[in-house]
Amino acid sequence: MKTINILFCGTGGQGILTAAEIAGLAAMYDGYHVKKSEVHGMAQRGGSVESHLRFGKEVFSPIITDGEVDFMLSFDKGEHDRMIKLLKKDGKDLFPDFVEADKKIADKKFLNTYMLGILSKHLGLSKESWQKAMKDVFKTKFIEKNFEVFNMANGDVK
Amino acid sequence: MNTKTFKLLSGNEALAQGAYEAGLKFAGSYPGTPATEILEYLTQFKEVDAQWAVNEKVAFEVALGASFAGVRSIYSSKHVGINVAMDPLMTAAYSGINAGFVIVTADDPGLHSSQNEQDNRLIAKFAKIPLLEPSSPSEAKKFIKLAFEISEQFDTPVLFRMTTRVAHTKENVEIEQRHEIENKIFEKNPHKYVMVPANAYKKHILLEEKLLKLQDYSEKTELNKIELKDKEIGFVTDSVTYLYVKETYPDASVLKLGMAFPFPDKKIKEFSAAVKKIIVAEENEPFIEEHLLQIGIKCTGKHYTYRVGELKPENIKDIVENKPKTQYPGGSRRPVLCPGCPHRAVFVALRKTKVIVSGDIGCYTLGSLPPLAALHTTICMGASITIFDSLSKVLGNDKVVAVIGDSTFVHSGVTGLINAAYNKAKGLIIILDNGTTAMTGAQPNPSTGITAKNEQTKKLDLEILCKACGADNVEVIDSSCKSIEEKIKEYTSQDKLSVLIVRYALCKMIDRTKKAAPLLNSEKCKKCYMCVSVDCPAIVKDENGNIKLNVNLCAGCNVCVEMCKFGGLVKNN
Repeated sequence: MKTINILFCGTGGQGILTAAEIAGLAAMYDGYHVKKSEVHGMAQRGGSVESHLRFGKEVFSPIITDGEVDFMLSFDKGEHDRMIKLLKKDGKDLFPDFVEADKKIADKKFLNTYMLGILSKHLGLSKESWQKAMKDVFKTKFIEKNFEVFNMANGDVK
Repeated sequence: MNTKTFKLLSGNEALAQGAYEAGLKFAGSYPGTPATEILEYLTQFKEVDAQWAVNEKVAFEVALGASFAGVRSIYSSKHVGINVAMDPLMTAAYSGINAGFVIVTADDPGLHSSQNEQDNRLIAKFAKIPLLEPSSPSEAKKFIKLAFEISEQFDTPVLFRMTTRVAHTKENVEIEQRHEIENKIFEKNPHKYVMVPANAYKKHILLEEKLLKLQDYSEKTELNKIELKDKEIGFVTDSVTYLYVKETYPDASVLKLGMAFPFPDKKIKEFSAAVKKIIVAEENEPFIEEHLLQIGIKCTGKHYTYRVGELKPENIKDIVENKPKTQYPGGSRRPVLCPGCPHRAVFVALRKTKVIVSGDIGCYTLGSLPPLAALHTTICMGASITIFDSLSKVLGNDKVVAVIGDSTFVHSGVTGLINAAYNKAKGLIIILDNGTTAMTGAQPNPSTGITAKNEQTKKLDLEILCKACGADNVEVIDSSCKSIEEKIKEYTSQDKLSVLIVRYALCKMIDRTKKAAPLLNSEKCKKCYMCVSVDCPAIVKDENGNIKLNVNLCAGCNVCVEMCKFGGLVKNN
């Protein structure tokens, strides 16, 4: 298979790195070679945050080449507009889904999980791997609620 | 039977896991992005004495001492941290080691969170020690084991260079068994361990011979590998740039230097004879390119403008065509102090007093950015007090204030304070004591009384220390704007050397509890925007010029309320 390139972007404190970690683990549990790259240091201080996630048979570069993003998950309008130029011509911009989710989800700390549910519809990773990845990251913290939000967004994960 | 276990590990974690598996028993470091997670990962192992040191020089020497004592040992820091440790590093190359000793430098091409982007590959050549460079987390784990073997085989420290992209990339990494190594015996040997001129002269002769042997190893090792494919273009490359080359030119021939120094000259010549055109692809300095030119290899390196910043996969084509760099980073949101950060009140007070502020390295360096703009010099760790020393003498001690964090003060501010007292400097030094090393993710330090392994230990008493250094006044206060402003005026007007320790409630990185957000009364707001000038992410001006308070972000510190003269913002008790 060809390598899948996913860009997560937004600002510090939105749970972007957490979301990218879960998606990366889910891909690893499904047997893919995973590379995930992000820059730490300023993330907790409201600065821009981006995480590049790539998975496939064998992944070389840890960062996505400009214009090669297959799926873009933005959690902020400004960051979305700044980064959209990285999206592939036939890539999928999930920002409209985020805008909808932002209206629907009252407790903002579950927004990242909701967006993972949306993303999962496009990736074909197994439900078991997503659940295992969420357990790894969230431990017991609101795990049932996170499953619920994920499933709600996903509709029917195969 | 035995199934393999894989984890998604960062380069730093994989390096640490590999060192652990190689029988590591000591690790010394000082926190700094992008190196911090190496030591943090090692604290989980009971077999490893993992320590945060006071500074990098101390970390290096304690780690070298562990090698002398007979156990495998590792030093790690960010690239500029190596500068602090250069004194022991240069001479450790002469003395050599006992048990395996690896020096990890985590470079930061692109200055994601550093004051410069120096290329520490040059240190290998300068210090005459071998250089290993992984391109990925899985290589970091594999190479670190080889680094210990090379160290012991050739009696030398090994420089192990990570970059931000290698350190902070995560990849599937296999977890393997730890391999216990028997301690080496320490034998009294002044010719080796006492680097006085007569001994060091002989050691230098041996060091030059050692480099020839290391070069021979460099020729034979798999760390330097030729991948012959299409012979039109041959890339000579290292570190993460290798992966960008593979991404962009999957069919090109490549010489990948995992051990760039000493250079494998024969292998380089063999490769250059096999391909039509040699392109050198490397980040920052033309380290490899200059060597190829020196040994007479015709090659194309990157345009000099690409010495600035990190490379991206899309830049490799430009390098092949020797085109200049056209894209520079920009447009991203700048970082700000956390909502509720206790530093904010201090910088609001400093801004009001209009003094020149000599600053240092830490979260509070963010106080230099507008609209706070209340910090006017930052060079390196500890330089706030030393630069203040001269600024106050030349410009007047009522016009200058130094600010430094608790961890930075212990790192190298204390020597500046002793010097200031000894050389009769006057004026005010403020220690911003938030009880942690916040900028790198809240690590403990000697003034917190907690070790890297989260154990209780002796707690450094900053008040007694400052008095012992020779400060005339030492006072501890909490952080509210008004009291800080008064204290700044009081101490800058005296002809004395004063240390004001602003001791905070816990840093927001550790204590996420919040107080009630203030109440916003838009009818009373006169749109003077003084509240916005405290530079808090929780209170902003919207596109219509109205004040917006984000109660989800607000921590209830009320610094913005102190700025409001019109009752537009009031405390919510």
